[in-house]
Amino acid sequence: MAMMAPLFKYGMFGEETSLVLAFLIGIGFGFFLERAGFGSARKLVSQFYLNDLAVFKVMFTAIVTAMLGVTYLGWIGWLDLSLVYLVPTYLFPQIVGGLILGVGFVVGGYCPGTSVAATATGRVDGLLYVLGIFAGMFAFAEVYPLLKGFYLSGSGEAITLPGAFGLPYGVVVFAVVLMAVGGFYGAGLLEKKFAAPGE
Amino acid sequence: MNPYLAGIGLGLVLLAAFVLVGRGLGASGAFNSVIAWAVNAVAPEHARNNEFIAGYLGDGGASPLKSWLLFEVIGVFAGAMFSGMLAGRAKVMTEKGPRVSVRVRLAMAFAGGVLMAFGAAFARGCTSGQALTGGALLNLGSWAFMMMVFAGAYAVAHFVRWQWR
Repeated sequence: MAMMAPLFKYGMFGEETSLVLAFLIGIGFGFFLERAGFGSARKLVSQFYLNDLAVFKVMFTAIVTAMLGVTYLGWIGWLDLSLVYLVPTYLFPQIVGGLILGVGFVVGGYCPGTSVAATATGRVDGLLYVLGIFAGMFAFAEVYPLLKGFYLSGSGEAITLPGAFGLPYGVVVFAVVLMAVGGFYGAGLLEKKFAAPGE
Repeated sequence: MNPYLAGIGLGLVLLAAFVLVGRGLGASGAFNSVIAWAVNAVAPEHARNNEFIAGYLGDGGASPLKSWLLFEVIGVFAGAMFSGMLAGRAKVMTEKGPRVSVRVRLAMAFAGGVLMAFGAAFARGCTSGQALTGGALLNLGSWAFMMMVFAGAYAVAHFVRWQWR
């Protein structure tokens, strides 16, 4: 079959339709976040006290599912993976950004997507978190001239793990699957060990 | 819902985004667009002179609110509300442990959001746009970011335990 996806990039529909799809895709995203229990800060932060590793399980199951999907669709020649947008890598700011974001996660109890899900289901702390993000984004923009040097440090290339380590794509996919399966097994052991009293 | 089932559902939604529009999920970018729109509405000159905000304004032809991620995040709100109401989980309350007051918990939530914004800005995405989306695409920066998110959270979890337990 001829290459035809991503459909939008092949001109199957216009920008207006892509925005309608954004809304529909968002509904699916929000639905499964809430179903997973991620509208609750206590559920989310349990990941960091090791009594409920649902964050890890859901995240890695989703990563593996989508990764296998794009790999398969690319392999049968249906999806052109090079047309799927890859955020450029700026290693140092992304490492520091990850650390700050991790601290913000356990201090505030949410990440941006889950804080929206929490707000939608009436969590007042979720709403305050959303307001905090707005305040922080505004503050970041205001001090951006001071941070610009660090913000732009790194190559800024779109680079994948197979590209960076010179490994075949399939090998890395296989390694990620193995890592996830090992992680799921380990997560079960940790949950038993750190079970919260009364649970 | 079983976490593995929810994960498969989330993964299929992400796959649909890749196949249909050629991009993944996200969240923090939507907040940037709203801030860019607001600053531009209040102080247009200030917005154009700020490189970070100007990046979200584009050439000025279309509103910054006409953003793919913003439409997606509005969908997240609707989808989560639908799921929460269906399950009877939607109610006005504050998530916290027994040892902390509502006021302190809300202040911590706000502070966490501010930190998150700086982290997401430096990282060019958050748990959705980087960890989930970039994770599935085997993006180098996304994997480095993801490891650091867990490292940062585990490093300070002990010091904010009073908030949750």
